[in-house]
Amino acid sequence: MHAEKESVLTGTHFINGDTACCEGLLAAGAKFAAGYPITPSTEVVERFAQRAPTVGGLFIQMEDELAASITLQGMVWAGQKSFTVTSGPGYSLMMEHIGYAAMTETPCVFVDVQRGGPSTGLPTLPAQGDMMQARFGSHGDYSTISLVPNSPQECFDLSVKALNLAEKFRVPVMFMMDECVGHMTEKVVIPEAEEIEVQPRRRTSKKPDEYLAYEVGEDLVPEMAHAGEGYGLYVTGLTHDKKGYPLMNPKQQRELVTRLFEKISRAADELTIVEADGVEGADVVVVSYGITSRVAMRAVHLAREKGLKVGSLRLICVWPFPEKLIRELAPKVKALIMPELNMGQVVIELERFAAGRTKVISVPHPGGTVHDPLEILEAIERGAQ
Amino acid sequence: MSTLIEPTALTNPVEKVLRNDRIPTIWCPGCGLGTTVNSFAYALMASGADLKKTAIVSGIGCSGRVSGYVALDSFHTTHGRAIPFATGLKLANPELTVVVYSGDGDLTSIGGNHLIHAARRNMDILVVCVNNMIYAMTGGQAAATTPGAATSTTTPYGSFEPELNIPQLVDAAGACYVARWTAFHVKQLEKSMTEALKKKGFRFIEVLSPCPTLYGRRNGYADGLAQMKEYKEMAKVKNGAPTYEVAITHGQPIIVGKFVDRDRPDYLTLMRSQLGAHYHEVAEVGVGCGDESEGKEGCCSC
Ligand code: SF4
Repeated sequence: MHAEKESVLTGTHFINGDTACCEGLLAAGAKFAAGYPITPSTEVVERFAQRAPTVGGLFIQMEDELAASITLQGMVWAGQKSFTVTSGPGYSLMMEHIGYAAMTETPCVFVDVQRGGPSTGLPTLPAQGDMMQARFGSHGDYSTISLVPNSPQECFDLSVKALNLAEKFRVPVMFMMDECVGHMTEKVVIPEAEEIEVQPRRRTSKKPDEYLAYEVGEDLVPEMAHAGEGYGLYVTGLTHDKKGYPLMNPKQQRELVTRLFEKISRAADELTIVEADGVEGADVVVVSYGITSRVAMRAVHLAREKGLKVGSLRLICVWPFPEKLIRELAPKVKALIMPELNMGQVVIELERFAAGRTKVISVPHPGGTVHDPLEILEAIERGAQ
Repeated sequence: MSTLIEPTALTNPVEKVLRNDRIPTIWCPGCGLGTTVNSFAYALMASGADLKKTAIVSGIGCSGRVSGYVALDSFHTTHGRAIPFATGLKLANPELTVVVYSGDGDLTSIGGNHLIHAARRNMDILVVCVNNMIYAMTGGQAAATTPGAATSTTTPYGSFEPELNIPQLVDAAGACYVARWTAFHVKQLEKSMTEALKKKGFRFIEVLSPCPTLYGRRNGYADGLAQMKEYKEMAKVKNGAPTYEVAITHGQPIIVGKFVDRDRPDYLTLMRSQLGAHYHEVAEVGVGCGDESEGKEGCCSC
């Protein structure tokens, strides 16, 4: 299935990342969204509020992020594609409902335009401090997907992908932007609707009397029915059986939680989404994501000018972490360097999968601005020794 | 000579609107929740609502389990957030009749903000708030509705806070329909629920309900029946009573009845009229059918 023509703003635009993100979600079929204003993410929903009615959808500004993050799930269960957008403090408030979406397998996208924290921190300045929260933020144990764009063009391309993956795996997908990428204005090319692949809702073909809401096939993802279709749905955040009925015992907990993990881990290859540049034969590889990858690229070029064999590996999908790729890469290099706009979050995973087979050098940064490329260059030089 | 009635001949008249495979309920003997659900079941049948297009949404707590016993599309959501979930359902599919059925702690305390704003924006949903004056599921802690003199596990010396007058709150926020009954008033409750189900806009019904296990036991009621007797003796029907006069005060009559019944355009009506030509109606649900092979009639162009 491809995108609907009326939702796609085909053409070449000069727009910021927030606007591009809105256009991507529209192109992917989201016509309904709920949100609550917060800097630096608000432009996404401002744009959506203007665009949605023209395609038969709507935006509702709720009374807080707690409300927005579950209103969108009501929209999904009523048969629409939906998302919400927030930043730092609002993202913290949404955590409970990310867990609800993971538990009830509600396909949706949470956009977090990251800013400096903790707490109110730096409302107008960038950071990447919510990366571990994207992975582990809600209570309990679940697995989901986080995509990280590094340009307005990717804010478009990857937000389409984010909603597609959400629908395919029936998970809340985290779209982890940051203030720089959100407010940066660049050329964005939006293709024709027919060129944009859209994942349709995985609706059941079964009749109500044969349907079990959480029965799964090969890929461990259940098929969905919506409210008002006569299926008598039972959706709960409690541990539940195939019918969706609460069933709270260790056996059911094991069956359900294991499946919620496995439906993602089985797709590890599909979800290994990276951009590699000169990794083959490199002595040192800089592993980065989001806005930091653009600064890292400058450092890589400077190092190459100095004659060092340096590669760049950009993680586009950070969660699930590309474990296999890192396991294979680690023994081949002298060092892996990871700059991030936080005090060292994703590097914990990098170290875990490098498993002592190479040096891992973290280049932390508390946020507020991006790294000085020379800081990263210095780490590359240390790694190359 | 007595006649033996075949047990198979006995059916529950509200059976078709209940999830019989979920019954018996988890509720205690003497709890008023089941009684309110009985009235609701009759109201559903009497209202003529298309049950296939009716969804029920609950939050968390003893009352939060109601959604799971009614044979509708049932959503058991998170604590306090039934109203925003219901809002999403209604906005994305206006054809649905959406009912929120939850407790006082859930709707007025942790979810209080959503209650106010759903009434303000006149979201077209019915909210039934079962008020047992306590946090029951968690073991009997004080709620915003616990009367001052009553004791609870977290207010062993009595509460130091005045209780919330819920009808006044939702009235002030703009609800179109506000009523209060008790679990004793089964017929009035059913009638009120039927009427409210047929009405458009934000509708709110408070139902006082005994919790013998965690409220009654600590506050001088021998059992659920004792609380029911008090409802019978202390309740005074005062339709149209100004909601600022209906606060529940210890030792004073419990004012019940229909307090508010007014009309004003609901959210979606207002949105459509204000948007006018800017609004482009969606023909079908916008997610695709996921079935590309058959090309069914009326299917999207996927
Ligand atoms: S604890 Fe109270 S409210 Fe809960 S089921 Fe028992 S009697 Fe009812």
